[in-house]
Amino acid sequence: MKKLLLTLLLAMPVAAWSAGGSDWPMEDFEGDLHNLPSLQHGFKLYTNYCLGCHGLQFQRYQRTADDLGIPHDIALKNLVFTDQKIGDLMTTAMPKEESKAWFGAAPPDLTMVTRVREPHWVYNYLKTFYVDESRPLGVNNKVFTNVGMPNVLLDLQGVQRQVCTDGVCDELVVEAGTGAMNPEEFDAAIYDLTNFLYYVSEPARLERQRTGVFVLLFLIIFGSFTYLLNREYWKDIDH
Amino acid sequence: MDKTEAQGPKSGLAGAMEWLDKRFPATETFEYHMSKYYAPKNFNFWYYFGFLAMFVLVNQLITGIWLTMNYVPSGDGAFASVEYIMRDVEYGWLMRYLHSTGASFFFVVIYLHMYRALRYGSYRGPRELLWLIGMAIFIALMAEGFFGYLLPWGNMSYWGAQVIVSLFGAIPYIGPDLMEWIRGDFLMSETTLNRFFALHVVALPLVLCVLIFVHLVALHHVGSNNPDGIEIKKNKDENGIPKDGIPFHPYYTVHDIHAMVVFLFIFCAVVFFAPEMGGYFLEKPNFEMADPLKTPDHIAPVWYYTPFYAMLRAATFPLFGLSAKFWGFVVMIGAIVIPMALPWLDRSPVKSMRYKGSISRIMLMIFVISFFILGYLGTQAPSKAGTIAAQVCTALYFAYFILMPWYTRVEKTQPEPERVTG
Repeated sequence: MKKLLLTLLLAMPVAAWSAGGSDWPMEDFEGDLHNLPSLQHGFKLYTNYCLGCHGLQFQRYQRTADDLGIPHDIALKNLVFTDQKIGDLMTTAMPKEESKAWFGAAPPDLTMVTRVREPHWVYNYLKTFYVDESRPLGVNNKVFTNVGMPNVLLDLQGVQRQVCTDGVCDELVVEAGTGAMNPEEFDAAIYDLTNFLYYVSEPARLERQRTGVFVLLFLIIFGSFTYLLNREYWKDIDH
Repeated sequence: MDKTEAQGPKSGLAGAMEWLDKRFPATETFEYHMSKYYAPKNFNFWYYFGFLAMFVLVNQLITGIWLTMNYVPSGDGAFASVEYIMRDVEYGWLMRYLHSTGASFFFVVIYLHMYRALRYGSYRGPRELLWLIGMAIFIALMAEGFFGYLLPWGNMSYWGAQVIVSLFGAIPYIGPDLMEWIRGDFLMSETTLNRFFALHVVALPLVLCVLIFVHLVALHHVGSNNPDGIEIKKNKDENGIPKDGIPFHPYYTVHDIHAMVVFLFIFCAVVFFAPEMGGYFLEKPNFEMADPLKTPDHIAPVWYYTPFYAMLRAATFPLFGLSAKFWGFVVMIGAIVIPMALPWLDRSPVKSMRYKGSISRIMLMIFVISFFILGYLGTQAPSKAGTIAAQVCTALYFAYFILMPWYTRVEKTQPEPERVTG
């Protein structure tokens, strides 16, 4: 019987491996919701480079501005490019039906992209666009193979190409001087953008954790009273 | 009562109680169910979970009411309304996480509560009916969870429900029509969402509350079992009070209140610091809206159904001209209802594992391990090794029940004590 159980336990990892995914070596990503300058920069990058196609249809400008410490008038002037009001949802102006014809699929809403995928997936995805003439838009992606999205950050990052040695293409190199940012600046920008999306996926995250600390502390104090109450009553029971 | 009346009407609280008791059996009911309900004094860790299940039920009812205030049961609005609750409703995120985490903890608590019954033979006479009512609650709870899981209208909600409903399609002759009848449409749609909403927020909570009430009435009539599996009512003092019994109130109320705080600590740690629980309580594809054209890479039900889901998938070959899918469905339903037969399968002269023989103990251990392995396998994409493991575990799961009349009779048991042993 023990042998059988052992066989079963050994069989489990086999099942676990079958899930699989992209084999690109992913860089880690650690979000930081206390870093307001990073989130504000990410917000700015998002409205400038992403919101044209990808809506954040469940999140409001007002909530975002308040959480990120941006005054409403500044947010309206610099971050809202349509005639939307501060209390509106951050929807995209991109028409869904036409965009389907243009790209093959409508650009998805990204409100919860870091919860559907992982934040580090988004971070790596945004950094691994490279030139691939065989694709309709001239670019491909290491994390999302044959993606239908153009490289909208090209003017920031510059032209990135893959380098192949012995048929293995596991290196990406940016042509120096082709982008508005150097690699460090670009990495930082993508960090901020991903950090912003990490915030948008669950704007209540910080409040949740803060509340949680108080709740658990209260329970420890309350629990010591309920423990003593219980002990007091059970003194007279012989058990 | 006669003495106090002779002294004339009382004033204040005592007077109010007297007034009330003449018109409604308030004191009588409280005494019958609480202060004069004598529970065995040797309850251990495993006896907390009945109360905790009630506690989680109340959590689900209250948070559910508040969620319903802002939830929109429509194809276009459901998913957005959940995000509206998460972002724009004051403490909406808390209500939602309490409810979603509560669903998972409900099953944790119920599974432990049921394990207690297996461990100490709580299903044995005179508690057969109590056990059957409990099984009915378990099945109603599974249905409640299933209907509720569709409501966020995420992609896993949609496809998970689609897979389960399509199982009915495997029933010969009536299957396809039955499936359409359940969905109310040719595919999972807003119509399905609307009826699942009605069932989740009105019908099944009512059924659950009634069944739980009946469960408690039956329990307080036959009296609680205990870790020794002996009847404390056999040893009563001159006042007719069981010698090993203590009043439920205050002794077990203070006990349970403390258990509630400990439970809340674990529960709140999840709610506030890991509400997704690594994708087991809230699955990743469910943060994407339902899309009939986009099947998730790997459809798996929430963890609390996965042992049964693994058994469903373990049936891989057709038999007697009926499809493998149909037999999978039969195996799954069989696995859910077979514990109902326990009171009549167990032929041991003793109730508790403490006095049963080694075969019973080993079988229970194998049963629990298989259940865990099946639960794990159900979360994973199907694989060859996984299917074989699931088949073995399914066989072991059923063996626990089917072989019970045999192994409970042949094994050597120890004598039960006269009085509870603490």
